[in-house]
Amino acid sequence: MAELELINGYPESMRKSIKNVEKTRTWRIKNIPQPMSMEERKELLDLCHPDFAPGGKRRIKIGVSKGIYASNEVADILESYPLINQKDIELNRIDYDVDVLIIGGGLAGTSAALLANDRGVPADKILLTNKLRHGDSNSVMAQGGTQAADRKEDSPAIHFLDALGGGHFTNKKDVLRTLCEEGPLAIRWLCDLGAMFDREEDGSFVELSGGGTSRRRMHAARDYTGLEELRVLRDEFRSRNIPYLEFYPVVELLKYRERVAGAVLWGLETHEYKIVRAKSTVLATGGFGRLHIRGFPTTNHYGACADGLVLAYRVGAKLIDMDTVQYHPTGAAYPQQIVGQLITEKVRGKGAQPVNVDGEAFVFPLEPRDVEAAAIIKECYIKEKGVRTPTGMRGVWLDTPLIDRLHGKGTTEKMFPAMIRQFSRFGIDMTRDPILIFPTLHYQNGGVETDSEAKTNIEGLFVAGEVSGGVHGKNRLMGNSTLDCLVFGRRAGISSAEYSREVSPAETLTLDHLDSYVNELREEGIEPDRFSPVLLPDYRGKAVLSRQIDIPFQDFTLHHQESGKR
Amino acid sequence: MSEKNLMQKIADSNKSVISGVDDLDIELWIKIYFLGREYRVPAGLTIMQALEYAGYFLTRSCGCRAGFCGACSTVYRIKGEYKLQFAMACQAEAMDGMYLVQLPFAPAEKRVYSLDHEEYSANTLLKYYPEIARCLSCNTCTKSCPQGIEVMDYINAALRGDYKQVAELSFDCIQCGLCAIRCPADIVHYNVAQLARRLYGKYGMPQVKNLNERATEIEEGVYQGEFDHLVALSNDELKKLYVEQQKNKEVY
Repeated sequence: MAELELINGYPESMRKSIKNVEKTRTWRIKNIPQPMSMEERKELLDLCHPDFAPGGKRRIKIGVSKGIYASNEVADILESYPLINQKDIELNRIDYDVDVLIIGGGLAGTSAALLANDRGVPADKILLTNKLRHGDSNSVMAQGGTQAADRKEDSPAIHFLDALGGGHFTNKKDVLRTLCEEGPLAIRWLCDLGAMFDREEDGSFVELSGGGTSRRRMHAARDYTGLEELRVLRDEFRSRNIPYLEFYPVVELLKYRERVAGAVLWGLETHEYKIVRAKSTVLATGGFGRLHIRGFPTTNHYGACADGLVLAYRVGAKLIDMDTVQYHPTGAAYPQQIVGQLITEKVRGKGAQPVNVDGEAFVFPLEPRDVEAAAIIKECYIKEKGVRTPTGMRGVWLDTPLIDRLHGKGTTEKMFPAMIRQFSRFGIDMTRDPILIFPTLHYQNGGVETDSEAKTNIEGLFVAGEVSGGVHGKNRLMGNSTLDCLVFGRRAGISSAEYSREVSPAETLTLDHLDSYVNELREEGIEPDRFSPVLLPDYRGKAVLSRQIDIPFQDFTLHHQESGKR
Repeated sequence: MSEKNLMQKIADSNKSVISGVDDLDIELWIKIYFLGREYRVPAGLTIMQALEYAGYFLTRSCGCRAGFCGACSTVYRIKGEYKLQFAMACQAEAMDGMYLVQLPFAPAEKRVYSLDHEEYSANTLLKYYPEIARCLSCNTCTKSCPQGIEVMDYINAALRGDYKQVAELSFDCIQCGLCAIRCPADIVHYNVAQLARRLYGKYGMPQVKNLNERATEIEEGVYQGEFDHLVALSNDELKKLYVEQQKNKEVY
């Protein structure tokens, strides 16, 4: 690759196609493809959306939601053995004794902590634990915006219908209602904490359309929306001195009778476990992009390995809508170093169009995500109208120079500084040249079934954000994920605070639920060769892995000391 | 083409991105030096991917892998050059002759405050972060910013109490900590900026009237009736409403 001659970031072969894109640009401004009808959408999804192509999912063999379909990769980690064994762990030597334990420090978890505190749980009775650092999450990577129906032309009910249609009418309606109704409250809360959303000259919010929205209601902070929201909440969190742990993933939840009553943490660096006893536990662990469902690259954070699904499923929480996966229509397909990374939908919201190798626009730029993604896959692999990269990937152009053409020079730089940086690091100027995109694994539509108060079917266990399922049904709209984190993070904080007041601390903590889970695995004949939660993906080079061995030098020292004592 | 082949083809083209790099696929190689030790790695990887290729299973200096979280601050020199350079390991290509180390953590003091009780005045930033007055105007912070932010300029703006300018100049900060590590005056720039942005967001930006009105309506239950009606409808009825609504899309 280093040999390949690049002209402003692109090889000659791709430059040829860019010429076609330039030729049709002016004509395309006025000639945008029409949105599809409901029937056309369905036909396209059936033809080439990865969810519908055979071979990608199967029925879950064990557990409370036995029989529902899930992606193979998800079924694999659910049908896996625990990482820890009850007999190795001193469960009743408690390291942290709290009212509210929050697992995961993205937008949902951090919101939950703040609201629990607002609702009377003292800071030192809250613990937020993180697998990596506080804020390491998909939340900080959210670029496009947060939906909230606050304009006169809009209403929470219009938002509700948009999201319901986007979700193919499979959303849990009462949960979705809460999401839409509380959207403006969440935005007001953030503004009050000092979040800076983009403003028009007159001080009102800049609000844009997203795929499948019928009104402009996307609140963005340049293309650092999630980062801005998170860093404001995190700063507030730290100003309240709420305790938090970093590099302590949860490896199992703990139970007392039928309720969840804490968790076992494991130090990622020091490998010792810690026991948390909690009256309420909020699961806010995010999604599953790093499972690379169907071999897709992902926009997701390094830690997005579906840990929360496993933890919740082992204590008996129900899962919902695990049979669909959101592929974001526009992941970077070139250069190789950033393949799969997110190109925000906001780019299309500002007028950039998907265009094929010949310079033709082939799809309405703002279909719901699953439809838009399927259209791009069809263009590349069925109509063979994709652009090929030097490493053999295929993609279509996203005609980004249109943005400045439509809205004036400097618009892209002002609205998409992160993206301009991302491409300029590899010599590409996205205001002058289009960028190459292909669908990328983006979001876990389903998850642990929740209700409108962030409760699960298990007492003491609350969920919020991407790990939860039901609110988006089988397909989420843009701008509803950060909103989900905020609205249900806040709700989880409130519900967990209330629950903590109602119950007394667990008398004992157990992992007995693992025994029955393991029994079920054995009864199904599942071999003990898979373990979960996954915690982190492994990208080490194959050459090194093939020669790695473990030498137990630490054990030797230990044995030596012990025999010396004798 | 059968559909199974379609998915297989897509997966094959993504192979190198989702699992470890296989030597068989590599034609060009470079040498990098991590903590002084030489590694032969494929050309064309990010610094982060190159370290993983070399056998490191990362738990520090790694996060979003997309340039947003600031976990993978990297300091390097190219062999034979005098200049110390800075990058995010997930967003920079590993280059031949790179001597590098990562800074997974910046020891930094974040002061504790409550926005509701702070004055929106020039003194507030100095009250919490008096060390900004020690700025030597050496511009090392700006030179070490992997985001290309004018860090020194916003510290100067902070000294003047110009909240708007601090907020706007610092907005793209991912809080990686390289500025603070390099600063000879021991300023923790990104924490100063965080406080300034929050104060500006809360007190400097205009209130949005329609947001506040809508929020009040929601709290008063104005939309409850409409929602009660909607959630009681059948999916067929809702579909009709949805199709109608999509016909009246706002022009974007």
